[in-house]
Amino acid sequence: MTTETVVVVGSSTGGVRTAQALRREGFAGRIVLVGEEPHAPYDKPPLSKQYLAGEWELDRLALITPEAAASAEIELRLGVAAVRLDVAAQQVLLADGTALDFDSVVIATGAAARPSPWPADSGVHVIRTLADVDGLRADLAAGGAVVVVGGGVVGAEAAATISTLGHAVTVVDPLRTPLARLVGPEVGRPLEELHRRHGVDTRFGVGVEGIDGTAGNLTVRLTDGSVLPAATVLVGIGAVPNDAWLADSGLLVENGVVCDRYCRAVDSDRVWAVGDVARWQDPRYPTEVRLEHWTNAVEQAAAVAHNIVHADGLKPYSPLEYVWSDQYDWKLQIVGHASRGGRYEVVGDLAADPARAAVLYSDDDGRLIGAVSVNWPKALVTSRRALTAGGSDFESFVEQIKALPAKPPAPAAR
Amino acid sequence: MKVQIDSQLCQGHGRCYDLAPDLFGEDDEGYATLTALTADGNVPEGREGDIRLAAANCPESAVLVHEEALNDRR
Ligand SMILES: Cc1cc2nc3c(=O)[nH]c(=O)nc-3n(C[C@H](O)[C@H](O)[C@H](O)COP(=O)(O)OP(=O)(O)OC[C@H]3O[C@@H](n4cnc5c(N)ncnc54)[C@H](O)[C@@H]3O)c2cc1C
Ligand code: SF4
Repeated sequence: MTTETVVVVGSSTGGVRTAQALRREGFAGRIVLVGEEPHAPYDKPPLSKQYLAGEWELDRLALITPEAAASAEIELRLGVAAVRLDVAAQQVLLADGTALDFDSVVIATGAAARPSPWPADSGVHVIRTLADVDGLRADLAAGGAVVVVGGGVVGAEAAATISTLGHAVTVVDPLRTPLARLVGPEVGRPLEELHRRHGVDTRFGVGVEGIDGTAGNLTVRLTDGSVLPAATVLVGIGAVPNDAWLADSGLLVENGVVCDRYCRAVDSDRVWAVGDVARWQDPRYPTEVRLEHWTNAVEQAAAVAHNIVHADGLKPYSPLEYVWSDQYDWKLQIVGHASRGGRYEVVGDLAADPARAAVLYSDDDGRLIGAVSVNWPKALVTSRRALTAGGSDFESFVEQIKALPAKPPAPAAR
Repeated sequence: MKVQIDSQLCQGHGRCYDLAPDLFGEDDEGYATLTALTADGNVPEGREGDIRLAAANCPESAVLVHEEALNDRR
């Protein structure tokens, strides 16, 4: 008798949740989870938040403990990278020279921080892994001003955290407002104001020309001719999928592993992809999409586990986009599409301190297409349900949100 | 199996109560609560999978699951 083996490559959110979901689906074969990093699987969102702030220790980032992995019979192969995928031979080759045979393989190698295009000898950091943040914290400990290049989720969150740690911080981004790929200026401007209220200097609409010097003594040259001195620079300019190890696999790899609507590689029935590395054909869209959101990695993991176990009942994967970000006292939650321009309505006050508001977005046909909430989870969850149900008439949905209970509970109640 | 919501950690992402609406509820602000079925922290027989699903989907690790028996994986 043979047992089936699923090899999952990548030991973070997407990989760990795939392994767990396979067991939930009743998969009784062998599961091997391969991870390049030596650490027990850890979660990434706290890296720019509580872990960077020094509030949380590593153990609070655990995605699965070695004990829980053992009891679910998930074999961990940590500290060794997969270097090659041989689809025909059904083998994953590892950096230590060993090979793992598989019946199915799940590619969950995620993404890496886009490297700084401005070479400098030292003092210039990115945030993607634990090692990145440990390196950044070591430089921050020496004190001094910090320039954050990039006002996306990672850059803006890190700027908030680093300024709360007591550093003078400047954020630079050629886009007009923070989080511009996720939210429009109606949210981005008040968010920029929030940063400024907390003492962060912001240079939106300005690019970086170059970075000179070494740790503790850097200068950042901007496209408007100004020069910012910094002890430390953090570059948060996006992520690139970790797909180089698949170059000679024969799989179609193009800004991620290209997959069908079931998240299965277009070239092989045995190869699947989840999380930041997967570019799949969501049936709602004309071309494949790739998301870099935590809940997408988890939901896609569940979808892939389902499809591996139920070969005769494949389900297409079509999630509702959801992402959150924590900056100072703002808990931002974003669902659906909130950055496409068009009509929107603000319920509540984003400029208040503390803010509590929802911004609702409509398409041209007067249907709800997205929502952003700040410190108001109820508004977000209500929007998500309406979007899941297929969208609502915009006017009446705005009234529904306005009718939600107005007062936040006393902080002591939580 | 036992379940708890850590209300210090819960940020109201609403994943738990959307995925298992009879096992988790929400308060006026959207933060998670237990329900009549889970109020005492005990997970109803046969619903362990749904509890694990909710825990796996909680971005804040605020759904605390205590597995009693090691062998109730299904
Ligand atoms: C600082 C930061 C903050 C974030 N905050 C939020 C947030 O607030 N909200 C939100 O929705 N999302 C957030 N995200 C995004 C979210 O964390 C990602 O979408 C999620 O981590 C994707 O999971 P993944 O498993 O697909 O990829 P990854 O997390 O990138 O994990 C991939 C894993 O594969 C390993 N690996 C790579 N190559 C190989 C190889 N060849 N062999 C073996 N292993 C390999 C890597 O070491 C890594 O452990 C944040 C991301 C970062 C970096
Ligand atoms: S999923 Fe987690 S954070 Fe969200 S409401 Fe449930 S317990 Fe709270």
